[in-house]
Amino acid sequence: MFCLSVPAKFNRDLAAILFAGALLATIPFTGLPPFYESFLYLVFLWTVLATSWNILSGYSGYFSFGHGAFFGAGMYTTAVLASRFDVPFLWTLPAAAGVAVVLGAALGAAVFRVRGIRGELFALVTLAFTFVVGTIVLNTPIDGGPGVYLSGVAVPKIGPSGVSAFFYMGLALALGTVLAAFGIFHSKFGSGLFAIHDDEDVAEVMGVPTLGYKIAAFSVSCSLAGAAGGIHALFLSYVTAGDTFSIVVPLTVVLMSVLGGKRFWAGPAVGAAVITALLYAFTAGDHAVAGKAVFGAVLIAVILFMPQGVLGWFFRRRRPLAKAAQGVVELPPMAYSQKRSDRAVTSEPILIARGVRKAFRGVHALDGVDIEIRRGEILGLLGPNGSGKSTFINLVSGHFPPDAGEMLFDGRDLARCKAHRIARGGIARTYQIPRPFAGLMVRENVAMAAMFGSANLSRGAAMREAQRWLDFTGLTPKANTYPDDLNLHQRKFLELARALATSPQLVLLDEVLSGLTPTEINEAVDLIRAIRDHGTTVVFVEHVMRAVIALTDRIVVLNHGLVIAEGVAADVMARPEVVTAYLGSGHA
Amino acid sequence: MALPNFALLAQSILSGIFTGALYGLLGLGLSLSWGMLRQINLAHFALAFLGAYLCYQLSTVNGMDPLATMLVIVPCFFAIGVALQWIFARFRISAFNSLLVTFGLTVIVESVIQSVWTADFRRLASGYSDMKFRVGVLYVPVPELLTLMLSLTLSFAIWAALRYTDLGRAMRASAEDAPIAAAFGVNQKGLALLLSGVCAALAGVAGVCIALSYTLAPAQIYTWIGVVFAVVMLGGLGRALGPLIAGILIGVSESVTMAVTAPSWAPLVSFSLLIVVLLVRPGKV
Repeated sequence: MFCLSVPAKFNRDLAAILFAGALLATIPFTGLPPFYESFLYLVFLWTVLATSWNILSGYSGYFSFGHGAFFGAGMYTTAVLASRFDVPFLWTLPAAAGVAVVLGAALGAAVFRVRGIRGELFALVTLAFTFVVGTIVLNTPIDGGPGVYLSGVAVPKIGPSGVSAFFYMGLALALGTVLAAFGIFHSKFGSGLFAIHDDEDVAEVMGVPTLGYKIAAFSVSCSLAGAAGGIHALFLSYVTAGDTFSIVVPLTVVLMSVLGGKRFWAGPAVGAAVITALLYAFTAGDHAVAGKAVFGAVLIAVILFMPQGVLGWFFRRRRPLAKAAQGVVELPPMAYSQKRSDRAVTSEPILIARGVRKAFRGVHALDGVDIEIRRGEILGLLGPNGSGKSTFINLVSGHFPPDAGEMLFDGRDLARCKAHRIARGGIARTYQIPRPFAGLMVRENVAMAAMFGSANLSRGAAMREAQRWLDFTGLTPKANTYPDDLNLHQRKFLELARALATSPQLVLLDEVLSGLTPTEINEAVDLIRAIRDHGTTVVFVEHVMRAVIALTDRIVVLNHGLVIAEGVAADVMARPEVVTAYLGSGHA
Repeated sequence: MALPNFALLAQSILSGIFTGALYGLLGLGLSLSWGMLRQINLAHFALAFLGAYLCYQLSTVNGMDPLATMLVIVPCFFAIGVALQWIFARFRISAFNSLLVTFGLTVIVESVIQSVWTADFRRLASGYSDMKFRVGVLYVPVPELLTLMLSLTLSFAIWAALRYTDLGRAMRASAEDAPIAAAFGVNQKGLALLLSGVCAALAGVAGVCIALSYTLAPAQIYTWIGVVFAVVMLGGLGRALGPLIAGILIGVSESVTMAVTAPSWAPLVSFSLLIVVLLVRPGKV
């Protein structure tokens, strides 16, 4: 999988898709019985449905059970326009796609805003949506009950036989869908969707416009399903609400994508081909009932023994070689200069927080905090556990909005910005407990940050930029492994590399040293100094006093959500109120 | 769509309560296994229909009383539930994959039913099927009344067991945080097997109720899924009384919708309700 460079692999795969398409296009002229054309049409149809489903659900992890609603919307749009309004069939297809997009975007705009609707809840909402649309279609003049016949609609003449028209329309749409899935897979958009899949909150804080991406992916997915519905309506020539808006379409596409491998652009197409063939083989003969049981058993076996799908299983079998060769790698010394530059700390504020308040169910995490962060400094943010340090970082990075107060950064109030805008504006953060994207390799994790943070690079440039920060943090030997293979030290450094790759003006480090050994702390201290020497302002939340005293220009001490002291570290830590906050009043 | 007269409306509310009780009974097992074991058990519906067909078989062929068939069905289904949870734990199946695995199981059960009892409609003819009595203007069919009583009894019994027994408390604790509960000496694995067995047994009981009042066909396994899921979500996951209340709410609103408009509009009520509930309070389910 890693033998080819990325662009070479991209070109090879693209050529393979186009070649396969061209090869398939010759089939109607080979004189095979028309049966093969209609069978292949069904393969194309399910390829479109499964692949389009996968663009939202496989890539971003929002499992939709509502694909039948959009497929059905397309079917009924074409059926009604072509049979009642005599619109030429091919003209109805854009309308079918359009209606599906409008429905999908509307549903997405409502559902994606609600934070809690993920996983099985999203699946349920979309399934319920299918039945709602189905009931409306059934009970209104769109259908009215008896179904809609398309027997009078002229089938466009394409290719040698009657069924070739469907073959070519199916092939064209399938090719378009697979190319769309392939393109998105290799684009920044696709990377953003994968990040949403692994950890949506982190993705947003890193600069991925999650809401927009989800709606866009849903719209692409729905439009393709809608167009497929339009073609299939004519293929069936009779549509009914009961058959259309059922649980069959969503379950079949889920099954196909899971079987093929939903993290791969080609996965759903592989699954579609296999399952369409299986369904045909088992249900066409005399053993329809037994065939169904086999179908169920295959599904269970795949989930139990091949949870990553056929392609995941295939690539995993090829990978152990590469992995074994790497073994345990000690991190080499970091690639930055040890000498300290005399970059002066300015007095110009980069971020001014005034009167910031945040309460969680009555607990005042921050109770009116004023903090000024100056450009070029390393500011230590200290305080006992629960004093509000992490809350402050979460507010600045946009994890949640403050209840009151303002946080001015570059003249903009962060309190009213979405997290991804804040990231674009030049603020990056790390998490105390590292939250890497588990499904992406270390290199991709860092590149993701370069793509979506204030660096805002293209995918290719981001991959190169990632290398720089992998070198900087010494993670290069681990670049092609998954975060699961990293130890805590390396995970913390991955957090750092990700934050830095966004090329931030201000970086917020949330306890990067906790849990590290003394040697590792020394390395990290040097690293943080080097970050500042690059011109980045650092806010540093830490309990390791040695590091705080060595690094910070200034510290701010919080206690019970209030600022209780501010100044040079050694000086402030000796003040009685600070000692009391840490050790209790008996020691003051 | 003129308003129907009072007697008709009252009758449809009553039949809504009966249908709702069955929704609640089906939802009870589903909700417990989803909320407390994180398994979304689509096969619950297949098991219920398997129970219904077994009840049909035992009472029409072997001449058992339909209610007495529970003595056979409940222990068998308990064992099936235990086996299911054992497999789920063995393969560490995630909530979402449990949905897919149990769908596979549903398809298998459906084809078993179809090959044993064929795809034809089957109707259990027992001493109960035509029994009904009159209260004022209302007719009360006995099979439906039995369903309501079973549903009420089981929901309250499980609610009380979860709330007032040590076993129930342990179960709620391990549903909340399994590793912590285990650290405090809760046998989480054993409890999960027990709970899964109980849920499957509940599916068996629901199956007997279905056999008492409905005509059976293999494909009908799927017709209940949507509305019962809506009931489960509305009632709140892992709660014993939630599905009963939500079931009756949805049952009544469906049957009133049917009486006021047309039967085909009924699904709109439950599913719109489900969408609204999820959008308004997603954290609560």
